[in-house]
Amino acid sequence: MAMLEVKNLSISFGGLRAVDGFNLKIEKGMLYGLIGPNGAGKTTVFNLLTGVYKPNEGKVMLDGKDITGKSIIDINKAGIARTFQNIRLFKELSVLDNVKAGLHNHNPYSTLTGILRLPKYYRVEKAMNEKAMEILKVFDLDGEADILASNLPYGKQRKLEIARAIATEPKLLLLDEPAAGMNPNETMELMDTIRFVREKFDATILLIEHDMKLVGGICEELTVLNFGQVLTQGKTDVVLNDPAVITAYLGE
Amino acid sequence: MKNLFKNMNKTTKSNLLTYALVIIVYIIVQIMLGTGSMSNLMKGLLVPLCVYVIAAISLNLVVGISGELSLGHAGFMCVGAYSSSFFSVLTKDALPELVRFPLAILIGAAVAAIFGILIGIPVLKLRGDYLAIVTLAFGEIIKNLMNVMYIGKDSKGLHFSATDTTALGLEEGGKVIVKGALGITGTPKNSNFTIGIILILIALFIILNLINSRSGRAIMAIRDNRIAAESVGLNITKYKLMAFTISAALAGVAGVLYAHNLSTLTVKKFDYNTSILILVFVVLGGIGNIRGSMIAAVLLTVLPEVLRGLSDYRMLIYAIVLIAMMLFNWAPAAINWRAKIKAKFKKNNAKEAE
Repeated sequence: MAMLEVKNLSISFGGLRAVDGFNLKIEKGMLYGLIGPNGAGKTTVFNLLTGVYKPNEGKVMLDGKDITGKSIIDINKAGIARTFQNIRLFKELSVLDNVKAGLHNHNPYSTLTGILRLPKYYRVEKAMNEKAMEILKVFDLDGEADILASNLPYGKQRKLEIARAIATEPKLLLLDEPAAGMNPNETMELMDTIRFVREKFDATILLIEHDMKLVGGICEELTVLNFGQVLTQGKTDVVLNDPAVITAYLGE
Repeated sequence: MKNLFKNMNKTTKSNLLTYALVIIVYIIVQIMLGTGSMSNLMKGLLVPLCVYVIAAISLNLVVGISGELSLGHAGFMCVGAYSSSFFSVLTKDALPELVRFPLAILIGAAVAAIFGILIGIPVLKLRGDYLAIVTLAFGEIIKNLMNVMYIGKDSKGLHFSATDTTALGLEEGGKVIVKGALGITGTPKNSNFTIGIILILIALFIILNLINSRSGRAIMAIRDNRIAAESVGLNITKYKLMAFTISAALAGVAGVLYAHNLSTLTVKKFDYNTSILILVFVVLGGIGNIRGSMIAAVLLTVLPEVLRGLSDYRMLIYAIVLIAMMLFNWAPAAINWRAKIKAKFKKNNAKEAE
């Protein structure tokens, strides 16, 4: 069974069909890329998958479960986590607390337990700290656990966003332009991190990216989107050499 | 012992400092009272100080921690004050003080919390400044409602009216408890400075522990980025409502303390100006800074009384001090200057340690 199966997904804003008849099938453990020129509808697809928008038509199945039209919170609980194109961290919280916010739903204790500082509070908080530090270590952020998220350099902010998403224990991780604004060195490092994350957390990853080096380097399969429609789908090397794809990016 | 203190994390230290500050102030005041070196004017201010401190820290929970603007905090104080005062007058002869006053505090908190939920549920689902407008309206509505409310009691039970005392139709021997614009008279004077300090400590305990827990983290995450918070599965409405309701309940407690300090309770004190005054405490002390709003509340309550001798110039100087404090606290130049002094101080300390 595929981890993610999307059938005929469509949404219109006014008269514009932003995403039109989108189909996608991602097997478990795959690293999958979604590419296309600016305005092709890539982020709209992410917003449809995560419940920010409700589709007009179509169906989204995660690990065999229908999640079409569910709320953002329910979809996260079902197992999809994401990062954002423009970084959205909890800026006034520490790096550690950003990750702990991601651990929220899997490590419950009641508000009263927290206020009264019952033994359970200390037990769960300790477990959360350990888990959070373990995740931060993967992203080489454990040295900065106590500083405010807004004080991190740009590249590390992007990493922290991935760390926070991983903390929700997702089956499917959506990365929206993870390498945007990074220099070639940082991008190389990011590629290693993404590969490592997949192994370590047993995650399936779908990413949007413009950096063709990154896409060609780590994605196993690609879908190319143009004007809201699927232009082509398949193995990375085949897709990247498709004349239609090159035309869509560069023009005639 | 010293090591124990060193090993504690920063927030625990900061919280302990906050509790210690309250207890130190309490001890100093007790010493001053014991030696008779406190003026009657200041003595009269002690309980109101506690009222304002509780109001300020509870408002900071909404404004600073939850990131919503509330302009009707006095409204929640009013609800707490009236409900508890009504209860105390009604049961004055039936219950001993030791049972009655704690019950009055719980009733004030509960009624204010219920109003908090009633207002919060529809409004907190919206984005933007709706809460500010709705709480502003709530404060005014409560004030005006209480102004025309008459409640009396006779052998047949309670009677309500919104016109005047005679409309209650009480039988002979019946007692009017809430007298419209004249308010409630005869509330037992159960509040004192010690109880005020205890309530401050309880309020601090609730707020500081909430902030440093799973729920507090969720509240602050939602404040910092609503969309990201949703994307990691945080329930926006639940946590916003939680902060708002706890804040309202604590404002109700402040109201109870206020009502049981005076024999006559009227709505005049719970107007828009009071809500704004409490907001000024919060902004001046630092949005999200609980200790700061406590200090600001104390300074700005004591200041006008200390300046009373200057008669006409009083409010002028008050305003100047307010502006100066605001600049000292928040102007970038002042912040840099303070950081420099701090660094210098640390360097000197390090040298001494060598």
